[in-house]
Amino acid sequence: MLELKRVSAGYRGSPVVRGVDLRFVPGRILVLAGPNGCGKSTLLRTALGLQPRLEGSILLDGVDLNALSPRQIAQKAAFMAQSRSVPDITAGRLVLHGRFPYLSYPRHYQKQDREIARQALQWTGGESLAERPMKELSGGQQQRVYLAMALAQNTETILMDEPTAFLDVRHQLEVMSLARRLADEGKAVVMVLHDLCLALRCADRIALVHDGRLLDYGKPEALYERGLLEKAFGVSLGRVRTAHGIQYYYGDIKEELS
Amino acid sequence: MNSLQTSCIHKHPAGFCLLLALLTLLAALAGICAGAVPVSLRDILNVLASGQAQTAAYRIILYSRLPRVAAGLLAGAALAVSGTLLQSVLANPLASPGVIGVNAGAGLLVALSCAVLPASAWTVPLAAFLGAALGVLIVLGVSEAVGASKISLVLTGVAVSNIFSAGIDAAVTFFPDALNGYSDFRIGGFSGVTAVRLLPAAWVIAAGLLAAFSLAQQLDVLALGSETAQSLGLPVRRTRLLLLFIAAALAGAAVSFSGLLGFVGLLAPQIVRRLMNSGGLAQLLASALGGALLLVLCDLLARTLFRPYELPVGVVLSLVGGPFFIWLLVQQRGGRTHA
Repeated sequence: MLELKRVSAGYRGSPVVRGVDLRFVPGRILVLAGPNGCGKSTLLRTALGLQPRLEGSILLDGVDLNALSPRQIAQKAAFMAQSRSVPDITAGRLVLHGRFPYLSYPRHYQKQDREIARQALQWTGGESLAERPMKELSGGQQQRVYLAMALAQNTETILMDEPTAFLDVRHQLEVMSLARRLADEGKAVVMVLHDLCLALRCADRIALVHDGRLLDYGKPEALYERGLLEKAFGVSLGRVRTAHGIQYYYGDIKEELS
Repeated sequence: MNSLQTSCIHKHPAGFCLLLALLTLLAALAGICAGAVPVSLRDILNVLASGQAQTAAYRIILYSRLPRVAAGLLAGAALAVSGTLLQSVLANPLASPGVIGVNAGAGLLVALSCAVLPASAWTVPLAAFLGAALGVLIVLGVSEAVGASKISLVLTGVAVSNIFSAGIDAAVTFFPDALNGYSDFRIGGFSGVTAVRLLPAAWVIAAGLLAAFSLAQQLDVLALGSETAQSLGLPVRRTRLLLLFIAAALAGAAVSFSGLLGFVGLLAPQIVRRLMNSGGLAQLLASALGGALLLVLCDLLARTLFRPYELPVGVVLSLVGGPFFIWLLVQQRGGRTHA
């Protein structure tokens, strides 16, 4: 399990993230929510050691991140970056790279790696894409393949930086249902989401980040009721009970929390 | 190129490499045979069997044709792999040793070392490497300072390239004899190539190619973007520096005997990228072979088109490679919309 204790990160002098305590619990979807520039992406990257931290400690299964090699970290936590270059390779090859943290010299993928990659792609429903070049896939298909790569990494924790960005509604919901299945299999799923209503609907826990600090943390309903979400985002929120469970909606623009 | 042919290549990267190797071998043989004075295959066999130093064929083959064909093979493979490395490491399809100032940096130091240093077998390759490394480091430094946007990286490279080129021109103005040994240094050519000049560069290129091939997997992962690569456990900074260093060594070694033959470093990797997308070692091998094939063929044309006169290889490369590349771009665009 990944644990953050009093973590500050960003640039020296003006930290983007300040004194955050968080635990990424297996079997749950944790959504990091907050307005633009609040530091949630920085928090996510720092949690994996992709960005240096200024203060605090980050423990991965009880061991400080600084004591682990990038390879050791990669065997325990996967990361789906938001911005990435789409490489000139096939989808199957990309998923196979999820096995990179397990490669030892001379760094050739083995039969077992290929099998794990095949299963991962199948699990996400993308088995028919294996031979297709990444460049020819749609955004939704690409996301599916990247998810399969993270899955092939076979880690307890999966971090995703805005996995639904640039996707249409159907593909957004597909990504969320895959995330739910991952959590049901006992993985800790942590993601940054911009769509607050989607977050309220799909998350097990929400961490509300504002101005680099953890403003609130808890179950979606509890967060909604405490009202800090509305203040942090500067909009009013409403909810209705529907045949599809509780649905949240945006109301008016309100004064922002400063 | 219709989509059926392309998908065949996509599915059989090893076969594609083999085909390229075969074509390269044929082109090399043709390169030895054809020229101002034609040499037959039988002559080659005779020379190999008897080793008679006195025949005209022997001298032509040993002192003229072999060094030229070897130069084409080495420069082509080195520049193509250097381009592939740069394109992946800088995550920019426009990056190549000719565009971003690596070749020009090597050229500048070669010109300076020829002008002021006493000649020896290793000074030129060493100067070329240092110049190439300087070019890479400047571009890398600037790109990290400005946040590595793809456009600013290429613009920086073009600026650096121009500054170095001006340096070469200045050096040649002050020391008109500096590049006497190179007939076509600015455009790139092999006409002055000798075994003595080729040998040190050949060692560097052999070592550089081996190093690049052994890092094929890391290169592939790096091409996924630095964040993703890092999250997969790759020490990104260290690997990038190492690969850039190899790219500089390869380009510098090629420049030390062939001059500023830049286009092949952009062309060969791009053509290969469009024909196959297996990634990994096969891609690098295909780039190396494709670059070698391209230069040997262009050299062959350069020597035979207007024989007994000779065009610089760089001229033929641009005239043949440029249109071919544009044709490939247009064809693929059509193929993709129908797919």
